[in-house]
Amino acid sequence: MSTDARISARALARRRRSASLRRGWALFREHRSGVAGLVILGCFTAMALLAPLVSDSAGLSVTRSTGGILQPPDSQFWLGTDENGRSILTLLVWGSRISLFVGLLATAISMFVGTIMGLAAGYFRGFVGAALFRITEWFLVIPFLPLAIVIATVLQRGLLTIAFVIGITSWPGTALLIRSQVLSIRERPYIERAQILGAGRWHQIRRHILPNVMPMVFANTTLTVAVAILTETTLSFLGLGDPTRVSWGSMLEGAYSVGAMTTGSWWYILPPGICVVLVVLSFVLVGQALEDVLNPRLRRR
Amino acid sequence: MTIPASADVASVTTPKPRSGSGSRSGPGYRGYVLRKCLGALASLAFMIVLNFFLFRVLPGDPARTLGRGRFRTREQLEAFNRTYGLDEPLWRQFLTYLGNLVRGDLGVSLRYRVPVSQLIMDRLGTTLLLVGISTILATIIGVWMGIRSAWKRGGLFDRFSTGGSLTLYSMPEWWLGLMFIAVFSVGVGLFPTGGLHSVGVDPWSPAGWLDVARHLALPVATLTLAYLADYALIMRSSLLDEIGEEYVTTARAKGLRDVQVRDRHAVRNALLPTTTVIALNVGFVVTGAITVETVFSIPGLGLLATEALKVPDFWVLQGAFLVASAAVILANLAANLLYGLLDPRVRT
Repeated sequence: MSTDARISARALARRRRSASLRRGWALFREHRSGVAGLVILGCFTAMALLAPLVSDSAGLSVTRSTGGILQPPDSQFWLGTDENGRSILTLLVWGSRISLFVGLLATAISMFVGTIMGLAAGYFRGFVGAALFRITEWFLVIPFLPLAIVIATVLQRGLLTIAFVIGITSWPGTALLIRSQVLSIRERPYIERAQILGAGRWHQIRRHILPNVMPMVFANTTLTVAVAILTETTLSFLGLGDPTRVSWGSMLEGAYSVGAMTTGSWWYILPPGICVVLVVLSFVLVGQALEDVLNPRLRRR
Repeated sequence: MTIPASADVASVTTPKPRSGSGSRSGPGYRGYVLRKCLGALASLAFMIVLNFFLFRVLPGDPARTLGRGRFRTREQLEAFNRTYGLDEPLWRQFLTYLGNLVRGDLGVSLRYRVPVSQLIMDRLGTTLLLVGISTILATIIGVWMGIRSAWKRGGLFDRFSTGGSLTLYSMPEWWLGLMFIAVFSVGVGLFPTGGLHSVGVDPWSPAGWLDVARHLALPVATLTLAYLADYALIMRSSLLDEIGEEYVTTARAKGLRDVQVRDRHAVRNALLPTTTVIALNVGFVVTGAITVETVFSIPGLGLLATEALKVPDFWVLQGAFLVASAAVILANLAANLLYGLLDPRVRT
C-alpha cells in the first residue's frame, strides 16, 4: 500500500498504458483476419526493406537487361520479363518500396492535415469552428481523381508530388471523423474541470482531447494507407507517376501499354495487381480489427 | 427489392401527410431545403474559384506549361499571352473567366480545336449511361447483399459476401477491367475489347442497341462490382446497428415474422445512412468512370480527360474537372434533400 503510493505518476501512467496495450493486443488477436493482414503486411515490409539484399537494383535498368522481350516464366526469370527484358520479380520487389513509401508518406500528410483541421473544427466554437467545418466539407466533395489529375499535371512529376496530391485530397474524411469525436469529448466533465482549473486551450487540446482521439486517428491511418496505395496505383497507371521509378502502378501502366492482356502475358499484368490487392486488403483488415478493438461500441460484432 | 422498399420509406417515415396544416414537415423541410441549396451554391462557388486558381497560380508560368517549350522567341510568348489574356492582371482574368463561364464558354480545346463545352456535351451522355446503369445495379445488388449478410451474420453467405466485398474494395477497378478483357474478350471472345459500337452499325437501330449493350457489358460489370463493395459493406454495418435496437426486439415480441421485422422495421432505418454513403460516393463514381472508360476506350468524359492528360489539353481538363465537381455537388444536394424527406430528424 505504502509502496504503491510512492510510485510516481509517470510510472503509473506507463504501467496503465502497457496494461491497456496488452488488453488491446489480446482483443486484436481474436480477429483472425486482422492477424492475417498483419502477417501479410510484415512480409511485404520485409520485402521492401530487404530489396537491396535479395535482388540487384541493376535489374531495373532498361539498357542492362538480360532477358528476352516478354519472356514467360522459366527457371532463370521466375516471373518472366517485361517488354525491356527486365525480370518482373525484380521490378515487383523494388516496386514495393515505391508503392509503400508513397502510400505511407501520403498518409502522413493526410493524417497531419486531417487531425489538425478536425481538432480545430471540433474544439473551437462559433465562427472559426463553423468556417473550418465548411472548408472541410468543400474539400470532401471535390472529386478526388480529377483534382489529383489536375494537380499532378500542373506540378512537376515526381514521388513527392504524387504523395502530396494524395495527401491533400484525402484528409477531409479524417478531419470529419476527428471533429465528431472532439465534439463529444469536449462536452465531457473532465474537460470542464480542466478549464476551471485554469488549463489553457493548448493544454486542453494536447493533454486531454488529443490522447482521446489518437486511437481513432490510428485506426483510420491504416484505412487511409489502403486508399493512398490504391490511388498511387491509379495515378501511376494514368501516367502521372514518377517516370524514373518503378512502382506497381507504373508496372501495370507498362503492361497495359504493351497490351499484355491481348498478348496473353499474364505474368506481367497479374503479379503487380495481386500485390496491390494483397497489401491494400491487409491494411483494410488490420484497420477493421483495430477499429473493433479501439471502439467498444462496435465490439459486439 | 430495395427500390420499392426505399420508396415506401418516404410515405412511412414522413410524419403525417403534408396536405394538412404542414406544421410538422412543411416549413421545417422548406427551411432545410433552402439551407442545403445555399450550402451547395457556396460549394459550387468554391469549386469555381479553385478551378480558376489551380490552373493559374500553381507553380510555373501558364504560358510555359501550356506551350510545353514551343515558344522560341519572346514575341511568340507575348503573342500567346495576349491571346489567352495572360498579360492582364489576375482579377481581370478572373472576371473574364466568370463571364465566359456564365455564357457556357469553357475555352477551346488545344488538341481538337473545338469549344470544350461542345466536347463535354458530346461525351456526357455516354458517361451518364455507363455510370447510371452501373450505379443502379450496384445499389440494388449491394444493398441486397448487405441485408442478407447482416441478417444471417457469420453465416456462409455473410463470410463469402463480406470477404468478396473487401477484396473488390481493395482492387483497382481498372485492373479488374483489364482482367475481364483478358478473360472474356481475348480469351473466350464473348465481348469486344473496347469502344462503344462496332463500325458500320447504326447505333439507333435495334441491332445497334444490341451492339452497344454488348460493348457496355464488360465496363458495366466492372463498375458494378467496383461500386457494390462499398454499398454492401455499409448496408451490412448499418443494419447490424439497427438489429441491436430495442424497437426490433419489440417487433419480434409482437410476433411479427422474421421477414416482416427485417423489411418493415430494421431495413427501413438502415437504409438512411446508406443513402448518404451512396450520395457521397459520387466522387468515387467519377473516379471509376475515368479509369474504366480509359481501359475500355469508351468515348465518355473520363476518356476525354485521360486523353487530354497526354497532350496536356488544359482547358479540357479544367472543363472536365468543373463538370465532375458540379455533378458531385448536385448529387450531394439531391441526397441531402432526399435524406431530409426520409428522416425528419436531420432537418434541425
